[in-house]
Amino acid sequence: MLGFAVRRLALALAVALAVSAASFVLLRLSGDVAAAIAGEGARAEDIAFVRKAYGLDRPLIVQYAEWLGNTLRGDLGTSLYFKTDVSALVADKLPVTLILGLSSVLFALAVSLPLGILAAIFPNTWIDRLCLALAVLGQALPNFFFALCLILLFSISLRWLPVSGTGTWLHFVMPTIALGYYVAPAFMRLIRAGMIETLAADYVRTARASGLSPASVVFKHALRNALIPVVALAAVQLGFLLGGSIVIETIFALDGLGYLAYQSITYKDFPTTQAVVLLLSVVYIFLTFTADIVNAWLDPRLRVA
Amino acid sequence: MDAALPTHAAMLRGRIFGHVGLMTGIAILVVAFACAIFAPLLAPHDPYFQDLAARLVPPVWQPRGTWLHPLGTDNLGRDYLSRTIYGARVSLLIGFSVMLVSGLIGTTMGLAAGYFGGRTDMAVSFIVTARLAMPVVLVALAVVALVGGSLVVVIAVLGLLKWDRFAVVMRAATQQARAQDYVAAAKATGASTLRVLLGEVLPNILPQLVVVATLEMASAILLEAALSFLGLGVQPPLPSWGLMISEAKAYMFFSFWMIAIPGTALGLLVLAINLVGDGIRDVAAPEGRA
Amino acid sequence: MSAILTVEGLEVDLSVPAGTLHAVRDVSFEVARGETLCIVGESGCGKSMTALALMGLLPRNARRRARRLVFDGIDLAAASRTQTNDLRGSRMSMIFQEPMTALNPAYTIGNQLCGVYRRHKGGSAAAARERAAFLLGKVGIAAAGERLGQYPHQLSGGLRQRVMIAMALMCDPALIVADEPTTALDVTIQAQILKLLKDLQDEFGMALVLITHDLGVVARVADSVAVMYAGAIVERGTAAQVFAAPRHPYTAGLIDCIPVPGRTKPGERLGAIPGTVPALVGNITGCAFRSRCAHAQARCEDAPPQHAEGGHEWACIRGAA
Repeated sequence: MLGFAVRRLALALAVALAVSAASFVLLRLSGDVAAAIAGEGARAEDIAFVRKAYGLDRPLIVQYAEWLGNTLRGDLGTSLYFKTDVSALVADKLPVTLILGLSSVLFALAVSLPLGILAAIFPNTWIDRLCLALAVLGQALPNFFFALCLILLFSISLRWLPVSGTGTWLHFVMPTIALGYYVAPAFMRLIRAGMIETLAADYVRTARASGLSPASVVFKHALRNALIPVVALAAVQLGFLLGGSIVIETIFALDGLGYLAYQSITYKDFPTTQAVVLLLSVVYIFLTFTADIVNAWLDPRLRVA
Repeated sequence: MDAALPTHAAMLRGRIFGHVGLMTGIAILVVAFACAIFAPLLAPHDPYFQDLAARLVPPVWQPRGTWLHPLGTDNLGRDYLSRTIYGARVSLLIGFSVMLVSGLIGTTMGLAAGYFGGRTDMAVSFIVTARLAMPVVLVALAVVALVGGSLVVVIAVLGLLKWDRFAVVMRAATQQARAQDYVAAAKATGASTLRVLLGEVLPNILPQLVVVATLEMASAILLEAALSFLGLGVQPPLPSWGLMISEAKAYMFFSFWMIAIPGTALGLLVLAINLVGDGIRDVAAPEGRA
Repeated sequence: MSAILTVEGLEVDLSVPAGTLHAVRDVSFEVARGETLCIVGESGCGKSMTALALMGLLPRNARRRARRLVFDGIDLAAASRTQTNDLRGSRMSMIFQEPMTALNPAYTIGNQLCGVYRRHKGGSAAAARERAAFLLGKVGIAAAGERLGQYPHQLSGGLRQRVMIAMALMCDPALIVADEPTTALDVTIQAQILKLLKDLQDEFGMALVLITHDLGVVARVADSVAVMYAGAIVERGTAAQVFAAPRHPYTAGLIDCIPVPGRTKPGERLGAIPGTVPALVGNITGCAFRSRCAHAQARCEDAPPQHAEGGHEWACIRGAA
């Protein structure tokens, strides 16, 4: 188990390094940092001066090495737009996005677990078809459009929820639904397929032959094994949701990493954009690493692999 | 006796035409393609023409609506029906182009990894893992915004970023196909590697490829819409559905139809593509609905 | 000896795309306390369906009917799901063919063994664990305490089948139904497991219904034998009766297929029954074996007459020799 964890950790670190390099190069090639620092309407000489002064004329690899060194020391630079320390800025916004991401995954699971299990217990019945239809419709609805519809319904018509902001937990309700509904179908399909497979497994027949209660058969024996792939998917989807939260946070003006990223992109604030991309990548890598470990715990057969 | 049994082709035809989801998807797609191709013939007005005297005209089913503008006009007095019809062009063009670019990259990587295995496989798997770790929406937004939003830039950026699912699925499918006898037989006759890959392996993993292609096309269309909605994708006055929703956002409290029309168009198109993808999967492997 | 299990007129119908498959047709037998009944036949003859029907574990597309289905004085045909569930694993248990997949990979052996015990007997976790360790010892597993903490994938097929047997014994059942318990195992392990079952039966006194396609197994363990063909019992009697004087041509054919040490000469051809079991979809009239039978006559188109002779019963136009 320990050897397994160490190998996975080494892989995770290598991936983090590769991703940081790739995103650094990608952003640098897309736009001119010197022009962004010099500001709107700067003359060519000003930009050239900035380029020299900030060392932006050096080879990209050298700049990356310098940035990586600073990052590892916890120094993410100074925001060009907010004029503050990026590390502090990002640390300030991260909790909001993490709460949103986690609550969205929990919402998706809360919807998809019962539906997926019901569909598997009654395959090819109207319950199953209803779940499938919901899944297909859910996947087709653009999340920003759905978010606007939620605002119209809950904020404008019913006046139950605030339109935008971050103040209370009520501000998280609509963003959670708007972000979570989109991944629920993937969970539901996986749970349904997994449950159909495990309910037909020999060990479930053994459990029934032992007179265990239907609840124990479904939840202890079938669900546990069907959930193994769901854990991996949950980690991947949480990472995906954190990256995708930019749209939803912007619509609801929820003051998290996504909204920060949107602002930094609009104002060509390179250090901040870079930091958010790096942070979200690292969170994703951490999540998949954790999922591997949890999986090994759930499925004893994986521990030796 | 044999004559009484339906042939393989007839059974396949039966499965295709008997599949409600697949047929519905194809029907919607045919309409969408017709709109995209024949937009100039179908659209009642020039989608860019601004009639400032007739701004925010509601659709025909509401009071004050007229048949002159069946779906109303936007805040600049442009005909909404015409813009919605032209919007199909943008979405389908982006969906197809991104699918082709990312499909080419991902399939090549997946084929190579699955067929050669060993170090190639490890290298590709690592690249895929690294790519999956990048927040794709965020990176796409940043790059498009920095380079400057246009149709070509959006296509290039999404195409270069969204090949991961192609690579993952093609790798697994190729590994399975490689173990089959017909591949060994082709190798035994001395066929070149490229010939084995393109002539023997690729045709046998085509159903999986088509399913991923539909998924990716739908996802690219949604992503473009999201980018344009945030004002960081294609630029006005191009009639993109995402952009239309973005422009109509300020009026949605009084005129819900302004976001509902492009939103529904977008949802229907994505629904149709997903239905076709699911349908192909069912028809190709009738047991494995999942 | 009183009967622990009485089966009369058991029928199992499966609805399949091609129509209704009569998997089990008018099957009757009795099992006395502590007795071993072997149900023998080729694959597809309905013996597994019979076993699942006894346990109430039939697949969703199956229907069970019986004139009488009485276990330990309880009418199983009239029992509710909850009542049946209370019996399963406590008064009657089952052992399956595939030890590799019959245990849940996610839980330890101890967890699965104790789960059965605590479901039926309640009591403390410690008591369940003690019972599990005791039985693992009884089924010949050394270092039982350590094994309890292991997962199924850490055990060999033979060991897993021993665990399955221990699991079946957890609540001291009156009847064990074993469906081809040795088929998936290596030949040397097969003999050990059979002997184990026999020894445990002597010690704990439960009745055993052993489903097998292997007459060699039957000859070693059976008190009485029921031969099934195409969903119906064609011959039934004590092991001595059936082996010494098989009355049904199918039984005779099966016995000819067993190599007998000392009697079968090396290189000598073993018997074989030509053809395969007929499809059981739709109505079946007459003797189902007639298409493969060397003694078939026109009369075989009608339902075969039933013969009985000192507890030995068979269904064939051919009477006592």
